[in-house]
Amino acid sequence: MSENQESRTARTLAREIRDFSRMTTGALRFMEVCGTHTMAIHSAGLRKLFPDNLTLVSGPGCPVCVTEKSFIDQAMLTARQYDACLVTFGDLVRVPGSFGSLATLRSEGGRVRVVYSPMQAVNIAAEEAPRPVVFLGVGFETTTPTVAVTLTKALSEGVRNLFVLSAFKTIHPPLKLISAQKDLDGFLLPGHVSAILGSDCYTYLAEEFHKGGVVAGFEPLDILLALRDLVRMTVEHDFQIINDYRRVVRPEGNPAARSVVEEVFEPSDASWRGLGVIPGSGLAFKGPYARFDAAVHLPVEVPLTKDDPRCKCAAILTGSITPDRCGLFGRECTPEDPVGPCMVSSEGTCAAYYKYGVN
Amino acid sequence: MMGRLIRDLILPKLDRGRLGLLADSAVLSEIAGQIAYTTDSFVVSPIFFPGGNIGSLAVHGTCNDLACSAARPLFLSLGLILEEGLEIGQLEAILQSVATAADQAGVEIVTGDTKVVPRGSADGIFINTSGIGRIESPTGVSPDRIEEGDEILVSGPVGNHGMAVMLSRAEFSFDFELESDSASIWPVVERLLELGPGLKFLRDPTRGGLAATLNEIASLTGKGVTVDESAIPIDRPVMAAAEMLGIDPLLAANEGKIVAVVAGGLGGSSLDLLRDCPLAQGAAVIGQVNSGPPARVVMNTRIGGSRVVAEPSGELLPRIC
Repeated sequence: MSENQESRTARTLAREIRDFSRMTTGALRFMEVCGTHTMAIHSAGLRKLFPDNLTLVSGPGCPVCVTEKSFIDQAMLTARQYDACLVTFGDLVRVPGSFGSLATLRSEGGRVRVVYSPMQAVNIAAEEAPRPVVFLGVGFETTTPTVAVTLTKALSEGVRNLFVLSAFKTIHPPLKLISAQKDLDGFLLPGHVSAILGSDCYTYLAEEFHKGGVVAGFEPLDILLALRDLVRMTVEHDFQIINDYRRVVRPEGNPAARSVVEEVFEPSDASWRGLGVIPGSGLAFKGPYARFDAAVHLPVEVPLTKDDPRCKCAAILTGSITPDRCGLFGRECTPEDPVGPCMVSSEGTCAAYYKYGVN
Repeated sequence: MMGRLIRDLILPKLDRGRLGLLADSAVLSEIAGQIAYTTDSFVVSPIFFPGGNIGSLAVHGTCNDLACSAARPLFLSLGLILEEGLEIGQLEAILQSVATAADQAGVEIVTGDTKVVPRGSADGIFINTSGIGRIESPTGVSPDRIEEGDEILVSGPVGNHGMAVMLSRAEFSFDFELESDSASIWPVVERLLELGPGLKFLRDPTRGGLAATLNEIASLTGKGVTVDESAIPIDRPVMAAAEMLGIDPLLAANEGKIVAVVAGGLGGSSLDLLRDCPLAQGAAVIGQVNSGPPARVVMNTRIGGSRVVAEPSGELLPRIC
C-alpha cells in the first residue's frame, strides 16, 4: 500500500471508530492484552486519532513485566553460585532485581549472553561446556514452541550442561481472571500468541463473559481495523471473536507448535507480578525433560523479595491505572534508571508512555 | 620490533611527508584563520564490518567532528593500541583503510604513536585520532543561533552504520547486505557553508542516532522540535532489518551523515546546494524548530498520529516475545 493510501485508509478507519463510538453515551474501555500492541499503538501515535470516550488500557501480555523480581534474583544467584553462563533475550538484561540486574552481573565479569532465538543456547552450551548454561525462560505461547524444539534437540544430542529456568506463562488463565473481574468492554487480542493458539480458543470471552475480542496485527492499520470492529460490536451488543489478522492467524492456530510444547511441558502454577499466583498458568518440565530444570539441578536459596511499595507496575499491568498515575513515573523511575519492569521492558507500558510522550 | 612495525608496515602506508620524519612533534605550517581541534577514541566491535573497519572509522569520525564545527579537516594524529597477537594481516588491512580514508578526506596524518599491550588488555585494537582543522564559517555554527522557524535537514538515509554493525555482531544472515555509511562528510558541509549566516548548526548523528541529535537540538535550545516520519529518509533494507530485530532506526548510529539546522525558508536552497554531492544523495528536510513543547521532539507519524521521540538511553537491545 502506498503511503497515501495508507494514511487515507487510516483516516477512514479513524472516522468509523469515532462514528461508532458516538452511538453510546458511556465510556468504551478495551484492554490491549499484548505488550507489543501497547508499543505499536504508541509508536504510531494512534491515541491522537481516538474519540474522547474510547480508552485503551494495558494488559498483562508483556512477559518481562509479569515476571516476578525473584526470578532475576534466582538467575543471578544461580550464575554466581554455579559459575553458570546465563543465556537470555535482550529485554531481560536491564530489569532490576533485588541486587542489581543482569547488566550488573555482566559488569562484574559474569557471563550473560544475549540471543534472539533459544536455539542459540545449544551452540552456547557446546562452547561453554562443561560450565552450566542456563537459558532464562520468559515468554508466552509465541516463545515456548521454539524453546520446546530446542530442548527436544538438546535431549536427542545428549547435551549435559544446558538448563532452563522457567518463568513461562500462558495467556488464557489471566485472561479469564481479568474478564471476570474488570470493568472492561472487550479485548484487543494478541497477534503472535494467537498464531499459535488460533482465534477459535477465545470464544469463552463472548459466551461466558459477554465481551468482544478482536485478534489484531501490529501495523497501525491492523490496529485501527481491529478497534473499529471492537467498537462496533460493543455498541451493537454483538459480542463475538473476530480475527483481523488472518494473514498470520488461522482459526485453529498452529497445532504442530502446540504439540511440541505439550511434549516438553505441562501446566503448573505460576506467580504473576501484579496478579499473584494463577493456577495452571505456567509451564513445568515433563518426563525426560525434567533434566533441563535449572531450579531442580542448580538450586539456590532465594531470599524473600520485597517490591518497592511505591512501584505501581502491578496496577498498571492489570489496567487499573495508567503510568502517569504512578508517583515514580518519570521521576525516580526512568528508562535509564528503572524501578519496575514496566519501564525497562521494550514492551512495557511505562516505557511506551515515557518514550512516546503520552500526555 | 616496534621499530620494524613502524618502518615496514605503518610508514609505507601512511607517510605523506611529515610522518616519516618520526620527529617527536609534527611541525605544521601556519594555519590562516581559527583552528578547530578535536579527539576521539575508537573501540568498535567487530573491528571489521560491512562498509569499513575501525581504521576508516577512526579517520571519518574525527574529520566529521571537525566538519561539524564548520572546520576543514587538515591534520590528524594516529594513536594505536594493539593487543598482543593481533594478526598482521588484519593490522595491514586496517592501516590501508586509514590511508585510503585520509587521502579521500584530504587530511595528512602527521604524527602518531603505537603501543602493544598484553593479550586480554585490549580487544584486538583501539585507535585514537585527534584532528586539526581550519574554521571556514565566518559566523560560526552554534546552538545559540537557532530560532523558531528554522528548518532541520539530514544529508541522507539514516540508521545504516548502527544496523550494519548490529547485524555483523549477531549470528544471522539476511539475503541483503547492509553496509555502514562511514565517510568523511566535509564535502557536504563545504556546500552548506554557501548559505552563509543561514547555516546555524551542524551535528553528526553518531551514537544514539538521529533521535539523539534531534533531542540535543531541542534541549540545547530549550525549544520544540517537530519532524515528519514520512520525510525521514531510511533505506528499505535498513527498515526491514530494523523491523525484524525490533530496533528503531532513528536510534541507530550514522557515521557518514550530518544534521543541519538552517534558517527558515532555506530548506529548499540547502537541498539544491547538495544536489550534486555524492555524499548527500537522499538529503531531505525533515522538520523544524518551533513553538511545540519546549525541549521535546515530536514526530508526526506516517498515518496521521503523533508521538514523542525520546532521548535514547543505553545500548540497543533486541526485543523479547
